[in-house]
Amino acid sequence: MAISAVSATTLREAPPPRRQRLLEDERWLAFVLLVPTIVLLGMFIAYPFIRGILLSVTSSRVGMPGDFVGLANFYKIFNDGIFRTSVYNTFVYTGVTTVFKLALGLWLAMLLNRNFRGKAFTRAFILLPFIIPTVLSTFAWKWMFDPTFSVLNWLLYHFGLITGRINWLGDPDLAMISIIVVNIWRGVPFFAISLLAGLQTISPELNEAAAIDGAKPWQRFWHITWPLLLPVTMVVVLFSVIQTFADFQIVYVMTGGGPANATHLFATYAYQIAIGTGLLSEGAAIALAMFPVLFLVVIIQLLYIRRVEVR
Amino acid sequence: MIEGAIWRKWVFFYVPMALFLLFLLFPFYWMVITSVGELYRPWNSINYNPFWTWKPTWDHVRYLFEETLFASWLWNTTFIALASTAISLVCGVFAGYALSRLNFPFAGSLGTGIFITYLVPQTLLFIPLAEIIRNYRLGDTPWSLILTYPTFLIPFCTWLMMGYFKAVPRELEECARIDGASRWQAMLYIVIPVAIPGILSAGIFAFTLSWNEFIYALVFLSSPAQKTVSVGVTSELIRGDVFFWGPLMAGALLGSIPVAIAYSFFVEHYVAGLTGSVKG
Repeated sequence: MAISAVSATTLREAPPPRRQRLLEDERWLAFVLLVPTIVLLGMFIAYPFIRGILLSVTSSRVGMPGDFVGLANFYKIFNDGIFRTSVYNTFVYTGVTTVFKLALGLWLAMLLNRNFRGKAFTRAFILLPFIIPTVLSTFAWKWMFDPTFSVLNWLLYHFGLITGRINWLGDPDLAMISIIVVNIWRGVPFFAISLLAGLQTISPELNEAAAIDGAKPWQRFWHITWPLLLPVTMVVVLFSVIQTFADFQIVYVMTGGGPANATHLFATYAYQIAIGTGLLSEGAAIALAMFPVLFLVVIIQLLYIRRVEVR
Repeated sequence: MIEGAIWRKWVFFYVPMALFLLFLLFPFYWMVITSVGELYRPWNSINYNPFWTWKPTWDHVRYLFEETLFASWLWNTTFIALASTAISLVCGVFAGYALSRLNFPFAGSLGTGIFITYLVPQTLLFIPLAEIIRNYRLGDTPWSLILTYPTFLIPFCTWLMMGYFKAVPRELEECARIDGASRWQAMLYIVIPVAIPGILSAGIFAFTLSWNEFIYALVFLSSPAQKTVSVGVTSELIRGDVFFWGPLMAGALLGSIPVAIAYSFFVEHYVAGLTGSVKG
C-alpha cells in the first residue's frame, strides 16, 4: 500500500533537484547514510584511542599537560605490585566467571528448552539481573554481604553452619569470591537466553533419531547438541570475556578495589590512579594495558565469524 | 521430553529450576524488603526475621525524594537514555541500510570497523575521553553522555539492523523504484517500515544499555543535580563509610522500575535483540 501512495502523487513531476540526483547514486547515498555514524565513532572512539596512546607516553596530571616521557609509565606500572595483583585478579575473575557462566547458563538453557507452563513468564524473569542497572543490583549484593547485617550470615548461622560472623568483603579471598559470585549472577541470564536461542535452532528430530538408535542422554548431548551449539557458544563466550575482562561496575561498588587494593581489576585500578589521584597518563597506560588481550579476543572472534560465514 | 517416574522430573527439572530462580531473583526481593522495612538489626539478634516485615514504612522513599535530588536523577537518566537511543537508532538504521543493501567501495572493511567498535569496552577509553569532553566544554552536561553513549549503541544497532535489512527481498524495493520512487524514498517508505520489528528490538536494547551505563556518567558528571540514578545513588547516599541502606535500596528499586517496565512491554523484542546481537 505504501508503494502506491508514494508513486501516484509526487514523483513524476519536474526533474528532481541536484541533491536528489546525487542520492540516486549508490555510492553517494551510502556516503550520506554513513556520515553520522562515522563522525560520532571517529570523534568518540578513534580519536580518544589515539589521544589515550599519546597521553600514556607523557607525564600529564589533572590540569598539567606534562612532557614526553616515552615508556616510563609502562615501566612504572609493570614494577607496581598493585598493578600486578590487578592483572592476576583480572585473569582469575575472567576465567572463573566464564567457566561458571557457561556451565550454569547452558544448564539453565537446557531447562528452559523444555515445554512447561509459564515458560515465557519464567524466561522474562530470568533476564532481570541482566536488565536491571548493574550498579543498583550490585548494591543489593553489597548489602547482602554486609558484615554486620548480612542476610547470608543470618542464614548460615540459623542453619548452624557458622557460629561467628563472616566478614565477606573484609578478607581478600572472600572479597574476590563475593565479586565473582555477583558477576556470575549477572552473566548467567545472558548466557542462558543466548544459548537457548541456539538450542531452539537444533531440530528435535536429530535427538529423537539418536535416542531410537540407543544413544544415552549424555551421548546425545556430547555428540549432537554440543557440536551444533558450538558457533553460538563461541560468540557468547568471546563477547562475555571482553565485557568481563574490562569490567568496572561490580568491583567499584562491592569493594572499591579493597581491602588494601587486593581486588582491583585493570579498570578499577586505572580509575583510582587517573581520577582518584589525578595521575592521568599513568591511568591511561593501565587502561591501555588491557588492549593486547582485548585485541587478541576480537581477532579470534572476527576469524571465527568469518569461518562460520564461509562454511 | 522426560520419560519415566515423577521423581525424575522433580530431581532434574523442578528443583534445579527453583534453585536458579531463587539465586537470580533473591537480590530483588531483598531490595524490596530493605526499602520498606525497619533496618539495622544485627544478623544474630534474637527473634529477628529479616525476610518479612509487618510494619512497612515509606520513610526511605520519602527521604529519597525530600532529602536528595532523586527525582532529578530519574529525569536525567530518562532524558539521556531516550536521546542517545534516538540518535543511535537513526545512525544505526541508516548505516545498517547502507552496509547491507548498497554497493560502494570499502563496504566490507567499514562493516568490520564498526563491528570492532562494538567490542571496545568503555573502560578502555574513559580517561582520554574525559579530557576530550572537557575540551569540547561538554563536561557536567547531559550532552557529554548523549553524544558518547551512541559509541557503544550505534555499532550494536547497525549490526542488528543489517540482519533485518538483509531479510527484506530486493524485489520489494525494485517494484517501488519502477513505480518512480527514488532510492531515498524506497528506503524510507518501503524497506524501513518492513524492518520495524528490528528497530523496536534495537531501540529497547539500546535504552536498557544506556540506562545501565556507569563509568562515563561517573567520570563526566560532577554536580549532584546533573547526575544519573546510578551515579547519584552511589555518590550521594554514601558518606564516607556510612551507607544509608534504606534509601539506597529504595533508590536502587525505583531506579530499576522504569527500565523493568520498558522491558516488560517489549520482552520478545528484547530477546530478539539480544540473540540477534549474538548470532550476528
